[in-house]
Amino acid sequence: MIFQIDNITFSYNERQIIDRLSANLKPGKFYGILGPNGCGKTTFLDLLVKHRQPISGNIYYHGNDLSRYSTKELSKEIALVAQNFYINFPFTVKEIVMMGRYPHIPRFASPSPEDVEQVEEIMEKTGVNSFRNRFITELSGGERQRVVFARALAQDTPVLILDEATSNLDINHTIGMLNLAAQGVKKQNKTVIAVVQDINLAASYCEYLLFMKKGRIVAKGPTDSVLTPDTIRSVFNVGSKVYFDTFSNSKQVVFGR
Amino acid sequence: MKKETSCKADHSRSWLNSATGIELMLIGVLCLAIIVSTGIGYIRIPFLDVIQIISAKISGNSDLLKNFDEVLQVIVMDVRLPRILTAAIVGGGLSVSGAVFQGILLNPLADPYTLGISAGAAFGASLAILLNLGLGVYSIPLFAFAGAATTLFLVIYLAYSGDAPAGGLSSNNLILSGIIVSAILSAGISFLKYLADEQVSIIIFWLMGSFASRTWTDVLLTLVCVGIGFLVAVFFARDLNLMSMGNRTATSLGVNTRRLTLVLLITASLMAAICVSVSGIIGFVGLLVPHMMRFLAGPDNRRLLPLSMLTGAILLLCADTVTRAVLPHEIPIGILTALIGGPFFCYIFRKRHMA
Repeated sequence: MIFQIDNITFSYNERQIIDRLSANLKPGKFYGILGPNGCGKTTFLDLLVKHRQPISGNIYYHGNDLSRYSTKELSKEIALVAQNFYINFPFTVKEIVMMGRYPHIPRFASPSPEDVEQVEEIMEKTGVNSFRNRFITELSGGERQRVVFARALAQDTPVLILDEATSNLDINHTIGMLNLAAQGVKKQNKTVIAVVQDINLAASYCEYLLFMKKGRIVAKGPTDSVLTPDTIRSVFNVGSKVYFDTFSNSKQVVFGR
Repeated sequence: MKKETSCKADHSRSWLNSATGIELMLIGVLCLAIIVSTGIGYIRIPFLDVIQIISAKISGNSDLLKNFDEVLQVIVMDVRLPRILTAAIVGGGLSVSGAVFQGILLNPLADPYTLGISAGAAFGASLAILLNLGLGVYSIPLFAFAGAATTLFLVIYLAYSGDAPAGGLSSNNLILSGIIVSAILSAGISFLKYLADEQVSIIIFWLMGSFASRTWTDVLLTLVCVGIGFLVAVFFARDLNLMSMGNRTATSLGVNTRRLTLVLLITASLMAAICVSVSGIIGFVGLLVPHMMRFLAGPDNRRLLPLSMLTGAILLLCADTVTRAVLPHEIPIGILTALIGGPFFCYIFRKRHMA
């Protein structure tokens, strides 16, 4: 198990956000987290990256208590693409992607040739190379999101956490980014944990799905077995039809009006 | 057409990135400015004489001093040099402090006074003047510093919430708390002025800032504090870069955001407080210099902080020399920086909008 989540609870301003949540996540898999707005998905991710600490319960990373890791150590283990990707100062695209390498570069050292090479490669792969010298502050939302995605890939960690990381991208770039994440899972045995709004996108990329509602996980398992009209009704309260689609080679969902 | 726009949008900054020599050049300009400004004033002293007097004093070689009038030595070593060095150090300190504030509050319009440091210092100084305490020349700076420091902790206390998403201190909370506390203190200062009777002119004059009759004690005090503050800021410069991506992302890149915010906030505020307590309130330097440097060299704090420090030192030193030696009557330095800095700031602000 890469993450063992044992009965965690979190509340904020006396409002319970995560409620006795338990789950085990295996390494080398692509996980999707689905659930209605405000069900605690982002808070759950915050707890996984130790941006917040659970009030009770424990999270174990590779069998060790997550709270025993320093922020510094975790930055070499877990990368995050956060929902808010606004950046306040006019850094260039290349500078932002290089920030992903900071955890691997000593404080006062300059980037090694390997760091530079890795950044170049990722800028090429994510297609941000064509605007590498532009200011992040003058890019469109979609371009900025790709830069932030590239920065997380440059961090080169065993775990990649995506919080609606493709929300502003067109379909071409959405598929491009998710393919890059899926490639990491297949080729380098990385673990991806992604909060996704689009159920069909989740169905075609994620091997496992976790459905959240009111701070709890209400359904979890391999995508093929857990993605059913019953699950979707109980979580989102909408009617749907689930069928196997041969073109995407995955289960797909259509919704009734 | 397309090519032209892509050229325009290219910000590789190669000329500055490759040239680390620019810091060395600025150090050279600063030294030159110190020597030149020591020479000019009511009594002109040739630059070579200035260099000889200074080097003789530093090396302790009294033989070199034989050729010089005693008066010249006193003017250089005890009158002009302390004032000039204090102005340079304060300029550097305010600029670094401003750069740090802008980085932490994620607001390019923040300055060392955003959190009410100036209002706190002004209140402390006004109180000292009004009470006319017997602590001699040190009562005003002492009270000014105490006022600034108290204000800082009050603002942090107001802004702090244990479980806020930002990890305790959000920039919005800090800015709001700063504005509230400043407003209260301004009212307090007005009240003190109202009570002050004939001392009101001393209060007003202090508030406008001046480097007149600074001593070596001031130089040493500011040098030590600004120096330590600068080193702390530079140590965390890379983490400050990551803060611009938001707290969540900064955490995931290995930054302890709560600790960083607190450490840098206190460092930058105390730096500003020391500067204010020896010089009075000098506006626009802390806002303008980091802004200008970011415009020229980019927002990377590892370069921005040293560049801001050197440029701030040069600019405030030159401004002080203008009021001291160039203008027919000395006007308070705070007024001069605001009169020059304000319109200049409008200009670059407007220009950046249009570009």
